[in-house]
Amino acid sequence: MSRKTTTAAVAACLTGVLALAACGGGGGFDNSGGSGATQPPASGPVTITFMITSNGPADVKLQQDTVKAWETKTGNKVQVVAASDINQQLTQGFAAGSPPDVFFTDANVFPTYAKAGNMLAYGDQLDMKSDFYDGLVKTFTYDNKFYCAPKDFSTLALIVNTDLWTKAGLTDADVPKTWADLETVAKKLTTGGVKGLVIGDTRDRIGAFMKQAGGWITNADQTQMTADTPENLAGLQEVQKLLASGSTAYPKGVDSGWGGEAIGKGKAAMTIEGNWIKGAVKNDFPDLKWKAFELPEGPKGKGTLSFTQCYGVASASKNQAAAVDLVKYLSTAEPALALAKGLGVMPSLKSAGDGYKAAFPDEAAFLAGAEYAQGPVTVAGMDPVLKDFDTQLQGLPGADPKAMLARLQKNGDAVLK
Amino acid sequence: MRRGGSARASETRSGWLFVSPVIIVLGLFLVAPIVIAFWVSVSDWNGRGSPLSSGVSFVGADNYRQLLTEDSLTRSDFATSLRNNFYYVLIVVPIQTVLALALALLLNQRRLKGLSFFRTSYYFPSVTSSVAIASVFLFLFAGGGSVNALLGIFGIDGPQWFADPRGVLHIMLGWVGIGGGADGAGPAALTSRDFLGLTWWDWLSGPSVAMLTIIALVIWVSAGGYMLLFLAGLQNISADVYEAASIDGASRWRTMRSITIPLLRPTLFTVLTLGLIGTWQVFDQVYIMSKGNPGKTTLTPAFLSYDQSINNGQWGSGTAMSFVLFGIIIVFTAIQSLVLRDRDASTRGFFGRLRSQPIAAPPQHPTSTTGPTT
Repeated sequence: MSRKTTTAAVAACLTGVLALAACGGGGGFDNSGGSGATQPPASGPVTITFMITSNGPADVKLQQDTVKAWETKTGNKVQVVAASDINQQLTQGFAAGSPPDVFFTDANVFPTYAKAGNMLAYGDQLDMKSDFYDGLVKTFTYDNKFYCAPKDFSTLALIVNTDLWTKAGLTDADVPKTWADLETVAKKLTTGGVKGLVIGDTRDRIGAFMKQAGGWITNADQTQMTADTPENLAGLQEVQKLLASGSTAYPKGVDSGWGGEAIGKGKAAMTIEGNWIKGAVKNDFPDLKWKAFELPEGPKGKGTLSFTQCYGVASASKNQAAAVDLVKYLSTAEPALALAKGLGVMPSLKSAGDGYKAAFPDEAAFLAGAEYAQGPVTVAGMDPVLKDFDTQLQGLPGADPKAMLARLQKNGDAVLK
Repeated sequence: MRRGGSARASETRSGWLFVSPVIIVLGLFLVAPIVIAFWVSVSDWNGRGSPLSSGVSFVGADNYRQLLTEDSLTRSDFATSLRNNFYYVLIVVPIQTVLALALALLLNQRRLKGLSFFRTSYYFPSVTSSVAIASVFLFLFAGGGSVNALLGIFGIDGPQWFADPRGVLHIMLGWVGIGGGADGAGPAALTSRDFLGLTWWDWLSGPSVAMLTIIALVIWVSAGGYMLLFLAGLQNISADVYEAASIDGASRWRTMRSITIPLLRPTLFTVLTLGLIGTWQVFDQVYIMSKGNPGKTTLTPAFLSYDQSINNGQWGSGTAMSFVLFGIIIVFTAIQSLVLRDRDASTRGFFGRLRSQPIAAPPQHPTSTTGPTT
């Protein structure tokens, strides 16, 4: 083959590659409209893609049923898509310029999406804005813009296996009110193969102890790390003490994926989990008899954590007006309550609180936590730092909690600086 | 020459025509993604829209500089993942190669009954979905799983395999009095110095107990696949050579060392190269079984790169990681081919001496080696 032909062929190949690359780039999704820009409404009925996370077909059906009224009213269609790995699927959608119109956004990933400009800040268009719990609105505010409507929320409570509780000779009067009480009952409930208390080995559970001791990872407006403090240390030391006493274990220590599984399998008498435990127990461990109580108080009073998701609307969506309208509908009392009841979570609307209480008098402990719950840290870029802290916490039985907090402080400072 | 030129040109044309489907497919699914990924690693793309759109700008080597020189969590995570993967490669590659060779030698015996049964069953793990196998291993190595039950029979209290971040080398160093064992502090001489944000002591941790389960899984899966390659190589060795050796009175061990292994060298090269590349890129087992836990001791560069890009939206440093990994693989493969290269008969090294044996080269077909007559 002559040199000339080779060169020409190589050139042709390269041109081909570049052309392919250009095709990839020329898809017309240049997204020059910023995150706040609303695109012109499409005329006529549209189909809204709605990506949700679910625990099974029942959740998907519930979501489909809830949007039906809106479909009839507006003539639009909603296609509910259950994601298997929502983060990855959304990321691909954002990159391709074709994300779902509406999607569940967890508070953890919200700042990353908002910072990258993937989300439409439609919060101020919502007339029910003042009816949302303030903490939830704050969670979904980034750069002083209220981005998306909180869907619902959950708080942590102490979940007790009532059979084991009575078997150990405990009564309602023994429900732990303080850390000392918790140590005592955990010890009493520990027998052979059963641990008194099983708690998840992440900040999302252990953080409650830090809160009860008067600390938290950041200050209130998330501008400074407040990790390396005596309060947080006291919280971690309490967990360390519980673990060392043998009455408490991490889920992995009893061959479980999480606290709910541990208590469901009868390997734990108590665990600290949120509202989601209800659905999980109903599906996987229907025979378990359980009750939820408020978490015991620490030296600085009550403390629990809250978790929430919002209805994200994509800034690249072509049906933004309809998407926001759908969210508005879902954020009214009736569908919100229907969803909350079906999923076992609490509606994000204050006005729906009474309806929830009436429907679930036994789960008042979760709702009681809403008053003083600490929301998750929502700073863009903080997620790896918090995950690193989780990794450290896994070593808590043996390792030095002070060093963990110092490490968290250092890594967090680097993000916030 | 001139007359033959046009015939040649048309031959070249049809040659390109025939390979063009492959070139297009490779270009579309291999070259273009790599080129775009490289562009992402030197750009500030944040995952929104196309990386080639106008809003994305070139940032030079910033992502690489941040990843490798700035003291940050990302850098120490990356160093941790490199450490984990290094120990993983160090254990997996030799064991899977030796095991595959041993299995192939066993199955190459003509007197063995039920040969195809064994061949199939050893190869089976390699054709089974890695997801399914990983899930089975999760059950086997659960704290109350079969492996610990088996160990229990011998009175051994098995560890919580997947929850155990202790470094094996740390444990062993603890036995000989260096450092405080797995949980204790290391000697000050090693903890005071660091490389890429990880102390020397941390570099010396060895694979964690959790990583050992992944190592066991991968060896079990891949040994069968490489066995097949060795088996093919063994069957290519002419029986005459063995006959000659036995006439010379060579022992079995001598035959193995002087005939089998040297003649298997091309296969060995393939197996080691594929093994090195595959082990440095380990992803799916980590993704399914551990997600880098416990204590980041099963974090690998491939998984970290995915996590950094998809979950943290840091596409620049995520892709930079994968290109650093690419560089590492190139370097390791180059070293490996240097060690295994064809040396002169005069070289007195192990492989050199082996090479001096007359080799039964693949049969030469004279017609295929001559070019078109002009």
